[in-house]
Amino acid sequence: MKKIFSITILAGLLGIASCSKDSDYLEVPPIQIIPNETAFSDPALVLSILGDLYNRYYDFSGLDNGWRSFADFSESFPSENGSYDLVRNTSWGYGSWSTWDYTYIRELNLFIQRDSASTALTEADKTRFMAEARFLRASYYFEMVKRMGGVPLITSPLIYDPSKGDASEVQVARAKESDIYDFVIAEAEAIKNQLPTDANQKSRASKGAALAMKTRAALYAASIAKYGATTPAVSLPGGEVGIPADKANAYYTTALTAAQEIINGSAGSYQLYKVLPDLSDNFAAIFLDKSTVNQESIFIEDFRAGAGKVHAFTTNDQPYSISDEGGDAGRLNPSLNLVQSFEKLDGTFAPLPTTDAGGNPIYYSDIQDIFAGRDARLAGTVLLPNGLFKGKRVDIWAGYTFADGSILTSDEAGQLKPLPGTTNPIQVVGKDGPVNGLEFRAQSGFYTRKWLDPTVGSGRRGRGSDVAFIRYRFAEVLLNAAEAAFELGDKTTALTYINQVRSRAGLPGLTDATLTFDRIVHERRVELAFEGHTLYDMKRWRLAHIRWNGSPTSKAELLSDIGKATKKSTQPWGLWPYKYHNPGNANHGKWVFRETLPAVVTGFNRFQLGNYYSFIDDNIRAANPKIVRQPNQ
Amino acid sequence: MKFKLKHIAVIALCAVAVSCKKDNYKEPTSKLSGRIVYQGEPIGVENYQVPYELYQYGFGKVGPIGSSFTQEGNFSAMLFDGEYKLIIPNGQGPFMWKKTAGGAPDSVSISLRGSQEIDLDVMPFYMIRTPQITGGSNKVTGTFKAEKIITGADAKDIENVVLYINRTQFVSGGDNIASAGRNGGDITDLNNITLTVDVPSITPAQNYVFARLSIKIAGVEDRIFSPVVKVTY
Repeated sequence: MKKIFSITILAGLLGIASCSKDSDYLEVPPIQIIPNETAFSDPALVLSILGDLYNRYYDFSGLDNGWRSFADFSESFPSENGSYDLVRNTSWGYGSWSTWDYTYIRELNLFIQRDSASTALTEADKTRFMAEARFLRASYYFEMVKRMGGVPLITSPLIYDPSKGDASEVQVARAKESDIYDFVIAEAEAIKNQLPTDANQKSRASKGAALAMKTRAALYAASIAKYGATTPAVSLPGGEVGIPADKANAYYTTALTAAQEIINGSAGSYQLYKVLPDLSDNFAAIFLDKSTVNQESIFIEDFRAGAGKVHAFTTNDQPYSISDEGGDAGRLNPSLNLVQSFEKLDGTFAPLPTTDAGGNPIYYSDIQDIFAGRDARLAGTVLLPNGLFKGKRVDIWAGYTFADGSILTSDEAGQLKPLPGTTNPIQVVGKDGPVNGLEFRAQSGFYTRKWLDPTVGSGRRGRGSDVAFIRYRFAEVLLNAAEAAFELGDKTTALTYINQVRSRAGLPGLTDATLTFDRIVHERRVELAFEGHTLYDMKRWRLAHIRWNGSPTSKAELLSDIGKATKKSTQPWGLWPYKYHNPGNANHGKWVFRETLPAVVTGFNRFQLGNYYSFIDDNIRAANPKIVRQPNQ
Repeated sequence: MKFKLKHIAVIALCAVAVSCKKDNYKEPTSKLSGRIVYQGEPIGVENYQVPYELYQYGFGKVGPIGSSFTQEGNFSAMLFDGEYKLIIPNGQGPFMWKKTAGGAPDSVSISLRGSQEIDLDVMPFYMIRTPQITGGSNKVTGTFKAEKIITGADAKDIENVVLYINRTQFVSGGDNIASAGRNGGDITDLNNITLTVDVPSITPAQNYVFARLSIKIAGVEDRIFSPVVKVTY
């Protein structure tokens, strides 16, 4: 009886369950995939798709890109055992800096296609999303053309039909280098008015960002056209690499006009950051201040602590002695090459004086006296010995030196040893070094300050830092305008722009007589240090193979020709402070300095003509025979 | 269970026993070697700086294998027998390599059956003739004659000439302890160029150095070098 009852119940349930239609049962929409029509019906969903595309924006240097992306090129010394290859290598591989992410391009093209097909979005949303995706696509093409020269220009999603058995339809040849620059410039011009005109819109594309990209792209194209003439070997007959010299003036004019649109305020109220009374602190604050007070940054990659988007720049590069995370610090050490290039307040160049005319050491009562009277941006970019960070002072000094020039130091930072003639051990070397080969300490005698986050806890691995990375800022726009005007022969205009940047740093203005190409190269180097410009600037001026010419830098070479565009800089030198010990002498207890090449530096930078445009991988060329090789590789 | 020596020994024995199988392929045994020459005379270059590429067709994707020339201008590779094509990429070396009509480097076909030596004929822009390097009283002096080989539309000027010395036998713009040079415009007689360099103090002391003469050609990246000479001073 019981059995029959159970069977009946089961059969009944089965019957009920099978009563639903086949289609209801078999055609369940997958819950983990959002169909295109749904995704492009809701602005919040579109924004989250766009957010992913923003996250994949490709930078040269970036705070979430690893500290190493700021190192190299002898502008800094890498103080980490695993990264000494940067100063031991004697060349860069031809594949260095290459990028070929057509997956990203495809997804941007798909986004643009789907966005324009959407019917559910409002027209305003649709237009803005579309303009943003086009901005990102142009940005990535700009990044590719800087590294690879002309690349296949794909502006709609390609579809490969395997049934044809022939891929030639989707094999696209490289466009001319100038075509890619023209594309970037044209896209920026086309979308600028579809983007918000708002100086406070920084982490999403704005009119200012589009124009800033346009002026930079036009300036790069112009200088490749002009200075490419000095390296005729760096070109291809099809124009995939190299831009004809007669195009230079048109590009310079475009660069100047786009920059002036930002400068005259038509893209929003951008201006130089002038908030703090101390000019060095003010300069450092440009990179820290994310409030609306900062009208200088134009387009940034923003981060947020406690919300999952943070970076480890401060953890990696904070001073060792005041590290929030014991043993994780001090990797990026600016080199003396960079430090000494900051000019004196009278606008002249000079090495940091370590010896007098007779070759005797100069004694300084304060360790920072040697840096006195320099460009305020020096202390804003570099954390000098005894510099202040998070309310504490860094402890950088290399040891004691005596009357006979001998040295007492240690191979362990902060170690105690008795001085000669005494038995009482005292500290003989700074807690932040410099000690040769001791990682995470200032092996060049300097730490970095730019981007370093003074917020409590910012140096901890768990919390991380949320300082934003500035991709475009107003000072660069001014320098772009100055350079373009200078190259067009309009020095008066160039001076008004470059002198704004200089006066913010406390320097006297240049004049018609003193404004030269060397000055423009120099101003960009110091203003934009550690912002990912070094390589591209040197490439577009065709100075890279001269500056990094593949032979060691002697001390005499280091100290001469400061401020010259063609100055060689192939090895990162350091400046090591020593305490003078000679009781009874007037100079007892004062500081002397020695230019020191860190012992780890055994290689030198060699930039070959084949490095101007990165190697296109053999697999890419095997898959698409229309891709021509780069020159000189 | 504790890991004892005998367990490790047993595991090791098993590993050895299993690994006794033969490899699938024999290692390549044919040695292809060669040098860069102009009319039978070898051309010196900087170590590791002038690459060559070897292609073998018929195995799917096309990609090169290759390496670079030594400072005497030699190369060698262990290869399987077969048909190869060798090129020197554009813009490499202080010489002109044959090109196809389209501007791509023309290839040298090599049919490898056992070890083989080849001479790669190139057209250098200049040749260093009769180099003589002597040492004495803490100085090294080099004398040579620069002969312009390529004339006409492709001719190039001398950017500079340099005498390099080093404590080891690798001598180049990157590897040197001292050098002396002269710019191309300051050379009055191409048939008689003399350069003298002071030998700096060397630690640990040695009474000899290695020296080479070189010419940098304007617009060409790689220098052309004379053979390395060991000189006592």
